[in-house]
Amino acid sequence: MLRLPRFKFLRPKDAREAARMAAELGPRAMFVAGGTDLYPKLKRRQFEIDTLIGLDFLPREVRNGSDVCAIGAATTLADASKNPHVVQRFGGYAEAAGVVSSPPLRNAGTIGGNLCVDTRCNYYDMTYEWRKAAGFCLKKDGDICLVAPSSPRCWAVSSSDTAPMAIALDAMVTLVGADGEREAPVAALYRDDGIEYLGKAPSEVVTELRLTAAPGTRSVYIKLRRRGSIDFPIAGAAVAARIDGDVVAGCKLVLSAVASHPLQATAAEQFLKGRRLDAETITEAAEIAAKPAKPLDNADLSHFWRKRMVRVVVEQALERIRDQDNGLDR
Amino acid sequence: MKVVGKPLPKVDAAAKVTGRAVYADDMLPARTLHCRILRSPHPHARIVSIDTSAARRIPGVLAVITGADLPIKFGILPVTQDERALEHEKVRYVGDPVAAVAAVEEEIAAGACDAIRVEYEVLEPVMSIEAALGTPKDERIQDYGGPNNIHKFVALEFGDLDGGFARAKHVREDVFFYQGNTHLPMEQHSAIATYVDGKLTLWSSTQVVHYVHRALSRVLELPMHRIRVIGAAHGGGFGGKTDPFAHEIIVSKLAMITGRPVKCTLTREEVFYAHRGRHPVLMWVRTGVDDEGRITAMHFRTALDGGAYGSYGVASTFYTGVLQTVTYDIPAYRFEGCRVFTNKPPCGPKRGHGTPQPRFGLELHLEKIAHDVGMDPAELKRRNFVQPYTRAVNWLRITSCGLEECTQRVLDASGYAKRERRPGHGMGFAISSYLSGAGTAIYWNDMPHSEVQIKVDRGGVTVYCGAMDIGQGSDSVLATIVAEELGLQPADVRLVTADTDTTPIDLGSYSSRVTFMAGNAALEAARKMRTLLVEAVEGSGKKYEEVTFEEASILGEARFGTLTTAGSYTPPKIAGPYKGSGVGPSPAYSYSACVVDVDADPRTGLVKVNKVWIAHDVGRAINPLLVEGQVEGSVYMGLGEALMEEQVFRKGLHKWPSMLEYKSPTFLDMTEVETFIVETVDKEGPYGAKEAGQGPLLPVPPALCAAVYDALGVWIDEIPVTPEKVIEALRRKEKGEQPRYGPPRFPAIPYPPTIKVDPPAKDMDRAATPAV
Repeated sequence: MLRLPRFKFLRPKDAREAARMAAELGPRAMFVAGGTDLYPKLKRRQFEIDTLIGLDFLPREVRNGSDVCAIGAATTLADASKNPHVVQRFGGYAEAAGVVSSPPLRNAGTIGGNLCVDTRCNYYDMTYEWRKAAGFCLKKDGDICLVAPSSPRCWAVSSSDTAPMAIALDAMVTLVGADGEREAPVAALYRDDGIEYLGKAPSEVVTELRLTAAPGTRSVYIKLRRRGSIDFPIAGAAVAARIDGDVVAGCKLVLSAVASHPLQATAAEQFLKGRRLDAETITEAAEIAAKPAKPLDNADLSHFWRKRMVRVVVEQALERIRDQDNGLDR
Repeated sequence: MKVVGKPLPKVDAAAKVTGRAVYADDMLPARTLHCRILRSPHPHARIVSIDTSAARRIPGVLAVITGADLPIKFGILPVTQDERALEHEKVRYVGDPVAAVAAVEEEIAAGACDAIRVEYEVLEPVMSIEAALGTPKDERIQDYGGPNNIHKFVALEFGDLDGGFARAKHVREDVFFYQGNTHLPMEQHSAIATYVDGKLTLWSSTQVVHYVHRALSRVLELPMHRIRVIGAAHGGGFGGKTDPFAHEIIVSKLAMITGRPVKCTLTREEVFYAHRGRHPVLMWVRTGVDDEGRITAMHFRTALDGGAYGSYGVASTFYTGVLQTVTYDIPAYRFEGCRVFTNKPPCGPKRGHGTPQPRFGLELHLEKIAHDVGMDPAELKRRNFVQPYTRAVNWLRITSCGLEECTQRVLDASGYAKRERRPGHGMGFAISSYLSGAGTAIYWNDMPHSEVQIKVDRGGVTVYCGAMDIGQGSDSVLATIVAEELGLQPADVRLVTADTDTTPIDLGSYSSRVTFMAGNAALEAARKMRTLLVEAVEGSGKKYEEVTFEEASILGEARFGTLTTAGSYTPPKIAGPYKGSGVGPSPAYSYSACVVDVDADPRTGLVKVNKVWIAHDVGRAINPLLVEGQVEGSVYMGLGEALMEEQVFRKGLHKWPSMLEYKSPTFLDMTEVETFIVETVDKEGPYGAKEAGQGPLLPVPPALCAAVYDALGVWIDEIPVTPEKVIEALRRKEKGEQPRYGPPRFPAIPYPPTIKVDPPAKDMDRAATPAV
């Protein structure tokens, strides 16, 4: 069977110490929280490290204000998805956390881990032996992209369900580094690159996620995947919107799994502002939103179909926003 | 009957659900070495050199072997001995074993594999049926068969085909494709060997201890009496553990070299390479029907993508053409089959072995004919059902047959005739049949296919049988039969099974043969034992029913000495008088019918299965719980094949050899199943029993496709029905093209001239039907 490599496991007492350890050890060390994505990747030699820095000290509680909610980074996806305040006020986030992988993995996987989860590609998420036979790729051990061989960059896909939803909800994260603490919008946490996909320093620890929603905000997450469980998203739409009367007062729409980062559909957001969510508007908005999505042949099912489905998930998300507003949902 | 027919728990249920059953990978005798196998990274290449010196120098490595250490070829069928445990001349698929290491730790063995230097001369890979039919660019994959990369041809004709088509009122042709898929057992293959006092013992997760025993003897050049093969607790086979495997031979050899126990558990990726799964099959079928929808003639062609080795492939090829005739009365039938070699892991027997693919084609083809002639598909099929106790045109002997009752049950329960007509909703109906054990053994011999010994002493009864319980419950069936005859409960019966040293032969858990064959052997042995015990008890002036079993056994032992009896089962000789007639005959066929209810979304192409109704003629349910388990499991596997499972390749590599990327349904994708057990009490089965483990899979994929047509008006003529195919078919429909997604044509294949066979008299067996 596949075995874990040998590694040293460090247990810092707080985020500052963890960040210092990481800064000192460099790329031969990684943080581990739930480990649900990390351990299989160690077995497949996608990550090769000497040391893991455990993040067990991170907070696991959810602190609620009326329009804000601070979720400790080590809160499990299962706990976050079931927290009554999160469900009530940030329904889309609860949905997104509740559809990550499978129940056992949601019981172990953390919300901080899902924000930082590695990008995916079916030329990369394979064992060492398979990758050796296929020829190694840019993201690990190789020098070409097997999906787009003429491309200088890596096209691995952002596969977090919660990140697009957090961005749609204008969420902020607290990052603790070796020299101090800072706040950053979740949107700033990502870069459009399959390898360097995180916009934070590798030694910075995500300690908390803060969701904010103005009164009357509705949020929805639609995830497309082949099966009812386990699978990563192959397309997804996260929408947070305020409806004023029967028009959209403000709206954020972020797509999952169609690029190397959560893809904010700004043009569609602009289009929706001030419009009624009727069938025509929804269709047109979905059309606009889907335009920048460029799925490639490196995830489940064909990229043609996935491209087509981006429209569908956006339509489904906007329909649910509309129906919630009409009191049909929740 | 006291225990037969009762829904009792499996005799090994507690051990299995509490994790106390000992699987091969659980075994860790003192000083066990761990084995890892180096595999080919190329789909097709000649091996120029192998340098193991660096691997040998790694501390903790005790042995490194290559093909030169195991040069003798083996294979499950005597006609295709084309595999080596390790290849040292040529590799034929990514994953072909090349070298093996035994080390004190698995990580060390893996590191040593990485240190082995193999120089390859890369050859052009052959990755499709079409490519295999053409001239190879570099060289053929195997050096037998032909022309090109063709492995096997079959061409048979029964009855007057031309006459049949001439009197048809409607003739239709279709082309279908059934994609390959794999078994996906929960437990990976695992084997552990010891070599002590010149005797080799192998514990393995296998379905066929006897065939592994034979292969080990051949390759290791040890007589069979110096080899013992024991089936460890089994975590699922579905046909995937029915061949002798390289790792079983490798750990045996390494144990002989090192004198220490050696274990190898395949990784999940390696299980995908071991494969022997469903053959991808292209099919072409032409059928004529008369005014009333009765079949007048059928011509069926298949092309199987066999992968790199023979495995069961010769039998698989026949199986794509034989069972068409045991559900429908076809007066004239021609079958042409062809298997090709490709540079992929070898295909073999997966649940239904070679028959789900043609069943898929046949059922959809008849469905289309019914639409052509304006008849209800279920009605058209019913008009063509075979009758019980008849001979089919290809000489297959049909005994009990519950097709009509199965059909009625599912049509009634599902309300198929009055189904709701709303957009995107549909229902589909299909039927099938499967063998209750293959009528001939894998290698030619006249000996029984199954033997059972019973020993009674000091109040206890022990049953010895070579049959391997692979989770289907064959141990429970043996215990139930013996318990019934002796007046005990199954839990009272001790079992020793699947051990070549201590048990008499059973050919193994494949072709749905164990209940029928080992069951009959157990029945014979148990009845003989009961006769002895009754005689002993009556000799003491009492009646058998009045004394406890312990008393009876003491009286018996006192009177006769050691109490042992034996029973055996040999299938009747019923094969037809033609070459190739050995594949297809079975002492009895099971029958199934199902209705699948779906909602299909024209926006996404996603198909949601709402419910499956399935009726299965099992002859007699020795344990209805186990039968329902097998039926539901078959439906689950059938839905997986119909909707998502596919073993596909990209750039010569298996595209996704992992359980995350190879999609198989989760709990949430599984639907409600309503199972109806139909009992036709077969005259030759034990208490009338037939098979249940494979047949119920078969009607599910075609019924699903029929339901998708019913829902959306598009034919998906290939499995799996992925959403992209549905969307594409809908696009074609919208554009006014053929509303269909499927293979455009069947390739030109140089089939040999057909062997013409006169059909038998339909009622040739009716005069003398034997009873057990």
